[in-house]
Amino acid sequence: MKNCEYQQIDPRALSVSPLSAQSHTTEKKEQRPRRKWEVFPGKNRFFCDGRLILARQSGVLPLTLGLIVVTCGLFFAFDCPFLVKHLTVFIPVIGGALFVFVVISLLRTSFTDPGILPRATPDEAADIERQIDTSGSSTYRPPPRTKEILINQQVVKLKYCFTCKMFRPPRTSHCSLCDNCVERFDHHCPWVGNCVGKRNYRFFYSFIISLSFLTSFIFGCVIAHITLRSQAGKSLVQAIQESPASVVELVICFFSIWSILGLSGFHTYLVASNLTTNEDIKGSWSGKRGAEESGNPYSYNNIITNCCVTLCGPVPPSLIDRRGFVPPDEVIPAASSASEMELPHFSAKNDVNMEENCQDFSLSCTA
Amino acid sequence: MAETHSLQDFQRPAVSSKVFIQRDYSSGTICKFQTKFPSELESRLDKQQFEETIQTLNNLYAEAEKLGGSSYLEGCLACLTAYTVFLCMETHYEKVLKKIARYIKDQNEKIYAPRGLLLTDPIERGLRVVEITIFEDRNIGSAR
Repeated sequence: MKNCEYQQIDPRALSVSPLSAQSHTTEKKEQRPRRKWEVFPGKNRFFCDGRLILARQSGVLPLTLGLIVVTCGLFFAFDCPFLVKHLTVFIPVIGGALFVFVVISLLRTSFTDPGILPRATPDEAADIERQIDTSGSSTYRPPPRTKEILINQQVVKLKYCFTCKMFRPPRTSHCSLCDNCVERFDHHCPWVGNCVGKRNYRFFYSFIISLSFLTSFIFGCVIAHITLRSQAGKSLVQAIQESPASVVELVICFFSIWSILGLSGFHTYLVASNLTTNEDIKGSWSGKRGAEESGNPYSYNNIITNCCVTLCGPVPPSLIDRRGFVPPDEVIPAASSASEMELPHFSAKNDVNMEENCQDFSLSCTA
Repeated sequence: MAETHSLQDFQRPAVSSKVFIQRDYSSGTICKFQTKFPSELESRLDKQQFEETIQTLNNLYAEAEKLGGSSYLEGCLACLTAYTVFLCMETHYEKVLKKIARYIKDQNEKIYAPRGLLLTDPIERGLRVVEITIFEDRNIGSAR
């Protein structure tokens, strides 16, 4: 007789173990609820649990901050003691106030959502797809889709964004660096490390204006400092030798003033005519089309109104709801392979998606 | 053949289709939705009720984006305090958005839910569309 080494299975063990296995797996599946910023499809970085947003390529933001802090630090440490003694105590006070304003404006520009439009849900995209005539086959790239609308009796073309799967509202543009459609897109600023759009344009403008004042102020004060030193019976070289930091500040301020003042002047013109950098560069409303009347349909034809609207108008809230929670049964578009509705022709489009993006971007540059 | 329904079928009616009301850009970039009555809702809703809902929403958004003395004052105050005032205060826009959310909830309870429809707040769709979900008309007759 063979020794089978049969172990009788304990039915109680059987009944208990699947349940415990189930509860274990449900515990595993019950992850903590995720916030929407964690599944955001664009190329952005988030800090403080979604409260702050920055572009993935932060560009030279650390350099910008560093230059401002270093220059002001040198100013307060080396120039202010002399100037307070010889001129007035208000110099460091004004300098300090300007410095604080510049840094706050810069941080607000960098960390504020510029007006990112959330991507269309699959249902919306399918609905739009149904409304468009798709006459071409899927083997060749379909022409870029446009829709013409009338704004204030003027024809404006709306383009279809293949990444965000929607028709872009007027004045909206897709930033390829951040991979988002941004409302009232001005430009992507590497110095600030973020796009400049509807929600942070006023912060950007106050940043460059206050920075112009700050650089001019420091430049003037340093010139006054060196002049006063060399007037007290010493030569210019001796004065510079006593305060070498002033030369560093002079050089930084000299080169910054040209660019910052120029930029401030340019943006003041844009604000007064209610234009964006994007529209100005593309010449959308400059009347290149000959006899056709193409003024800016968004302008109020009054400089003061344009300025007030752009800088002091109401601020819409962030549309991407970074800190909201992802509903547990929602299908995340990037990760899922099967969405609610059958969309066979979308799979062919996804392959040429990248190409279409490039085509769309190059067309938008040349248009 | 007896139909067996699970409890979930009664609690969550199936979505039949969704209608999207697009934005109307004829007056510029302000938030305004088209008042054209979609054909899919003809069997469920009065044209007049639909237009009234959309028109009220448009008026509320216009109120939020209104340019005037108070909005400029808010903007200037914010600029002078280096925008730190918004850490303790709500903007006028946010206040109106809360009003809109209450209005939509009210409309859903009174008009749309009894007809098997659901209005989604446009802010949840990035102010792009007003999404109206049409539920299957299975249980409405038996539930009444």
